Amino acid sequence: MPEKPKLSVYWASSCGGCEIAVVNLHEKLLEVDRNFDFVFCPCLLDTKVADVEAMADGSIAVTFFNGAIRTAENEEMARLLRRKSRLLIAFGACSVAGSIPALSNLHSRESHLRTNFLDSPALDNPDGVVPQTRTLVPEGALELPAFFDTVKTLAQVVDVDYFVPGCPPEPHQIWNIVAAVIEGKPLPAQGGRLGAGPSSVCVECSRKKEDKTVGRFYRTWELIPDASRCLLEQGLLCMGMATSQGCGALCPAVNMPCTGCYGPPEGVRDQGAKMISALGSVLDIGPYKGMTEAELVAKTDAVLDSLPDLAGGFYRYSMAGSALRRSR
Amino acid sequence: MKKRVSINPITRLEGHGKIEIFLNDDGSVANAYLQVPELRGFEQFCVGRPAEEMPVITNRICGVCPEAHHMASTKALDRLFGVDPPGAAKKLRELFYSAFYVTDHTTHFYALGGPDFIVGPDAPPAERNILGVVRKVGLDIGKEVIDCRARNHHIIRMLGGREIHPAAGVPGGWSKSLSESERIQIEAAARKNIEFALFSLQIFDKLVWNNGAFRELVTGGTFLHRTYYMGTVDGENRLNFYDGRIRVVDPDGREFLQYDAADYSSHIAERVEPWSYLKFPFLRKPGWKGFVDGAGSGVYCATPLARLNVSDRLATPLAQEHFEKFCEAFGTKAAGGRRAPVHHRMATHWARLIELLYAAERMLELATDPEITSPDVRTIPREVTGVGIGAVEAPRGTLIHHYVTDAKGILQKVNLIVGTTNNHAAISMSIRKAAEELIRRGQMVEETVLNRIEMAFRLYDPCLSCATHALPGTMPLIVNFCDPAGDVVRSFRRDG
Repeated sequence: MPEKPKLSVYWASSCGGCEIAVVNLHEKLLEVDRNFDFVFCPCLLDTKVADVEAMADGSIAVTFFNGAIRTAENEEMARLLRRKSRLLIAFGACSVAGSIPALSNLHSRESHLRTNFLDSPALDNPDGVVPQTRTLVPEGALELPAFFDTVKTLAQVVDVDYFVPGCPPEPHQIWNIVAAVIEGKPLPAQGGRLGAGPSSVCVECSRKKEDKTVGRFYRTWELIPDASRCLLEQGLLCMGMATSQGCGALCPAVNMPCTGCYGPPEGVRDQGAKMISALGSVLDIGPYKGMTEAELVAKTDAVLDSLPDLAGGFYRYSMAGSALRRSR
Repeated sequence: MKKRVSINPITRLEGHGKIEIFLNDDGSVANAYLQVPELRGFEQFCVGRPAEEMPVITNRICGVCPEAHHMASTKALDRLFGVDPPGAAKKLRELFYSAFYVTDHTTHFYALGGPDFIVGPDAPPAERNILGVVRKVGLDIGKEVIDCRARNHHIIRMLGGREIHPAAGVPGGWSKSLSESERIQIEAAARKNIEFALFSLQIFDKLVWNNGAFRELVTGGTFLHRTYYMGTVDGENRLNFYDGRIRVVDPDGREFLQYDAADYSSHIAERVEPWSYLKFPFLRKPGWKGFVDGAGSGVYCATPLARLNVSDRLATPLAQEHFEKFCEAFGTKAAGGRRAPVHHRMATHWARLIELLYAAERMLELATDPEITSPDVRTIPREVTGVGIGAVEAPRGTLIHHYVTDAKGILQKVNLIVGTTNNHAAISMSIRKAAEELIRRGQMVEETVLNRIEMAFRLYDPCLSCATHALPGTMPLIVNFCDPAGDVVRSFRRDG
């Protein structure tokens, strides 16, 4: 019997949701086990990094690498798995574009330390102790790694063969990829995306679009939306138009706006810029002819006030990979 | 310089952690430290975000228990926006949360903590995992485990929108109501869950409790600590995962505190150590006395075992039956009107399965509640109070989200005390004691000794990605034996 191709799943700076998405292949996991030699997955298996180091370069057929790059250790693992894998796949929003952890790029490392250890409601820290990279205790020295100031994407550190968006990628999309590899189907051009689709979330959404415009936006707690109409056209900031299809429009199905976790649609680099242009087609600030410039600015500001968090809303899952990348 | 043993990283948990053990010249343990080397900083980067986004931002703290963060966050928003959800919404939330508990406790027993017992603590590392469990118990049972996770994740998605990182929590309710056809599916799943929970308890009974060596691990002294215990109870002092008051009992089982989550900072303080990114909460009244047991020390524990210890009884019949059997097995006697707590930390695995049964039974109760299909699931808020504190029992302990906002509901301050963090001091003590007992016995060179030391944290099912709101990832586990000059004389490595 020929040797089965080797498969690995690794987490860097992530929440573990990508692993759970893989485990949520449910009974198809047994199919994966039949077709692959599942060699490395710290979440599920006790296989060793030393074993990976001992493998010949290029001996792992496919590595699904999730999580962003925040520490030197994350970066070392990315380099190791790049070397060992014929296909290195950036798996999930964190490795593709930074996702939620990259909101950290809007703040400095110092502000994180201050908030956590010096200025928190239940704190009992009269001496102002802050964790140190090296601490002397009576028995010896204890060390902690420093963390990077800026969260990076996988492709900012190593060459990546394919990108699988989603926070996390949906199990049926993961299965499509795995099945294609099992059946030996040709993959798209290197550097492309897998497990998504060419269009936006809107094509998967069953809500009716009526080409209506809105004069302002509403926060999700302010209204109970109509169950059948487009959420954006009801004034909820739904990111669907600026977000890749792939999930099946899950959030709108439970009356909640898309928050953009599948990242920008194919061919779009900057999700926030895409959303701003999408808003142009839906926002109507009312009659403006004859207004002075100051009046126009005031009116525009009033509309923008109903969108209180542009950076955290438009770039929630893509800050590290966006044109902004970080503040300052 | 003393000799030192590093276990880096600890494995089969969520998140980063390492253990540093310092040895005296005679080879006995001088001290042991659990270090958490990660910090993700949700408390900082959530500042500036609209508060209502927190249920879908903070669920990214952890992909294993996103439902717990989603729920604590949603409840914090109820208070922040000064709104009381309709009855059906509260029931839908608890129904969703019960399905989550079933799948989460199942994952721990069969994939994380359980392999140490089901496959055995001394089995080869390559066998000590879920696949080894399936090989041991058979493919049919393996499929039962897979089915259990699948049907409950299906329900999590049905109710919350997504299998992972749900979206339906809103201040004042739940974004989606339940149809009758969906309700029927959930009722059927709940019945299967009860059978599955009973079956899992049988496995524990057969493979652990009735195995002399394993029973010794559960009932012996290596994994025993007398501390305070914390958990959430309803008005009759019965366990509740979704809502209630936080109750703390002392090491003799007497009620020490009972309070609303909003008052948490009057009762809990967080200590900072320079050698860990993870803080150490303790009870203010006894105060911080170091990493020590007893009523004089503010160290407490918030786990499945702790929750049983604070509960007078369980609200569902089969779980109550098993709870009584559990108390009887440990011969806990009444003190001050209450039974004494079970202090054997390895009993947490058993307690977790009793909770699995309770969650399954509670799910059935809610799925057959006439109000559960009511379309009235949201109350629209009319104000922003500026402060919201919400709490639930996460599988790994009491979880508190605390938000402060401006008049528009934009976050200015965020504090999160998560399940595992409560147990940080207790876990550290368990590791130290296990190291002292096991290394003193002169077995330190065996990989299996390292695993048994790791079992001391694994019983807590720690989620350090939650605890530090940090990033899980695994680094190689390296044990260096150094001479007194600090030079490595022998090195063992167990990676990933």
